[in-house]
Amino acid sequence: MSEEIENALTPAVAISGITKRFDDVVAVDNVNLTIGDGEFFAMLGPSGCGKTTTLRMIAGLEFPTEGSLKIFGEEVGTLPPNRRPVNTVFQSYALFPHMTVAENIAFGLKMRKVPKSEIGGKVKEAIRLVQLTGMEERKPNQLSGGQQQRVALARALVNQPKVLLLDEPLGALDLKLRQEMQSELKSLQREVGITFVFVTHDQEEALTMSDRIAVMHAGQLLQVGEPEEIYERPANRFVADFIGRTNLLEGTVQSSDMVCLSNGTRIPAASSFDVGTKVAVSLRPERARLHPKGGAPESNSSVDGRLEGVMYLGNALVHTVALDWMTIEVRAENRLEAEVAAVGEEVTVSWDPGAVSVVAD
Amino acid sequence: MTMTEAPDEIEEPKPIEVEAATPEFEAAAARAEARRGLMIAAPAYLYLILFFGIPLAIVFAYSFATRNRFGEAVFDGVSFEAYAKLGEPIVRDIILRSLWLAVLTTVICLVVAYPFSYYLATRSPKTRNILLVFVMIPFWSNFLVRNYAWRVILGNDGVASKTTGFLGLGEIEILFTPTAVVLGLVYGFLPFMVLPLYASIERIDLSLVEASRDLYASGWQTFRRVLLPLSMPGVVAGSILVFVPSFGAYVTPEILGGAKTTLLGSYIVTQFLTARNLPVGASLSFVLMAVMLASAIVYFRSGGKNL
Repeated sequence: MSEEIENALTPAVAISGITKRFDDVVAVDNVNLTIGDGEFFAMLGPSGCGKTTTLRMIAGLEFPTEGSLKIFGEEVGTLPPNRRPVNTVFQSYALFPHMTVAENIAFGLKMRKVPKSEIGGKVKEAIRLVQLTGMEERKPNQLSGGQQQRVALARALVNQPKVLLLDEPLGALDLKLRQEMQSELKSLQREVGITFVFVTHDQEEALTMSDRIAVMHAGQLLQVGEPEEIYERPANRFVADFIGRTNLLEGTVQSSDMVCLSNGTRIPAASSFDVGTKVAVSLRPERARLHPKGGAPESNSSVDGRLEGVMYLGNALVHTVALDWMTIEVRAENRLEAEVAAVGEEVTVSWDPGAVSVVAD
Repeated sequence: MTMTEAPDEIEEPKPIEVEAATPEFEAAAARAEARRGLMIAAPAYLYLILFFGIPLAIVFAYSFATRNRFGEAVFDGVSFEAYAKLGEPIVRDIILRSLWLAVLTTVICLVVAYPFSYYLATRSPKTRNILLVFVMIPFWSNFLVRNYAWRVILGNDGVASKTTGFLGLGEIEILFTPTAVVLGLVYGFLPFMVLPLYASIERIDLSLVEASRDLYASGWQTFRRVLLPLSMPGVVAGSILVFVPSFGAYVTPEILGGAKTTLLGSYIVTQFLTARNLPVGASLSFVLMAVMLASAIVYFRSGGKNL
């Protein structure tokens, strides 16, 4: 029984102290990360942050300079990719152009010497899973981008890997298709029950699809957590700024529930930083409200400013408000309400004290 | 004030009338386009017709002539005598020997050049350019001179035999043997294998190699199933570029081969200049050309299929 529990607790991927150097460039810097069995896990960050290198190390396409990498408890650090129980969906899909869809999907099974009699059925099942029935005999260049993406998925999933790695899987698709594939990928993952690790630079994609997100920057892991946690309680200024849009109001901690902004305004904001620490208060544009000057509710924190401009987004309006020392954004749903102020007028921006988070500057 | 008196009234824009292109106009435009194209290509056409087409036709005509006892070609209707002579054991042996050495040269070039081309294609652009220059350096000196250099190297007191002697392997005597000829041919034609191979491997998306490895293929399986099929146009092009000149090679076999290993190129020259049997020389030249033409067709066929 204890073995059973241990199995259930063995993480799908356990990365400890991994560093990857290319000559003198540190691509991944001492990263520790565990990914649970069956998780839909996103690695998020701007390009060059080390997320793809980390993924490639799990795949075996790069070897770590230092550290340990385990897949279901087995050390795989220097095993070649063909000897790891993982498969990858490449950013460019990397479909073999000289093979048909069916041949592409059968490739992994053939290489693993799965009996011919079984290959046919498995390929057929994989093709059904990604809804490409009828396309078996086509060559990759006869398929649309979305279809190629499905072939790449099927080609990886047919091998029933313990972990499926996806490198910017939706990057090459147009917006509409991408949104479709997002929910499809999510339900596919639920259906097959395999751990998915995917790399993306698109924070919205990461937020909507994943169970947990790891935010990386400059080779370092900044924060790991559920989407809500990452968005609501960013670990630092970079995460706050990278995930969604935010206004960062600089200031100094005055007490455990008070921050003094750089213009001298004192606002309630809970934090665990020492008194006197330079911090930034992250105020999401959609959490702020715009009022005519002096019209803010008493219970809210507020600052005064002048309305500089309004950007029309269709479903929302983004107001730019100039404060004495900086400019902030206030986002309002495009409801059929009277406009609060005209451009150039004095306004007050307010927010619920619980709506902000304090991050290290 | 009425509307018409308004000074800044905007005039309704008149639709611009464009004459529709008639079929006659389009045909004339197409003819003019074709004429311009022909003018651009004219110098090359002219040169090829004058110095290649016409001489070739003359040689072709000679291949159907007969030789009189003074060594002159005589046109006496269409005679296949010269072609019949190609079936004789001596000529047949020469053709087969040439064929064998050309195939051997091609295979050796392929085996030597493929790994190097892959290496070349996977280097950084800067390294690549330097290496490519090295590949082409031999072209900067005369082909004849380079062949004579081999004669010195392989000769009795040459570097090659001195080295093997020094290493206790015994002195080698391969000058004037088919081995020396193949050695020389491989040396001479290796760049013609490397360049097309490099060009076609360089075009392959290397993530395909990664995908193959990710899908449990070993290095060898990846080569067999992904790299080789995708670089086939380069393999075929390189093989033809090596095989064709090797088959008809003259300079290298003359300099490095012995009198016992007469090859096709030398034999044709002998027929024209020494034996003064123009029809046989001409017919043999055409057999050679037919082989090359067949190779070219094979290439275009395979190229069309793989790309």
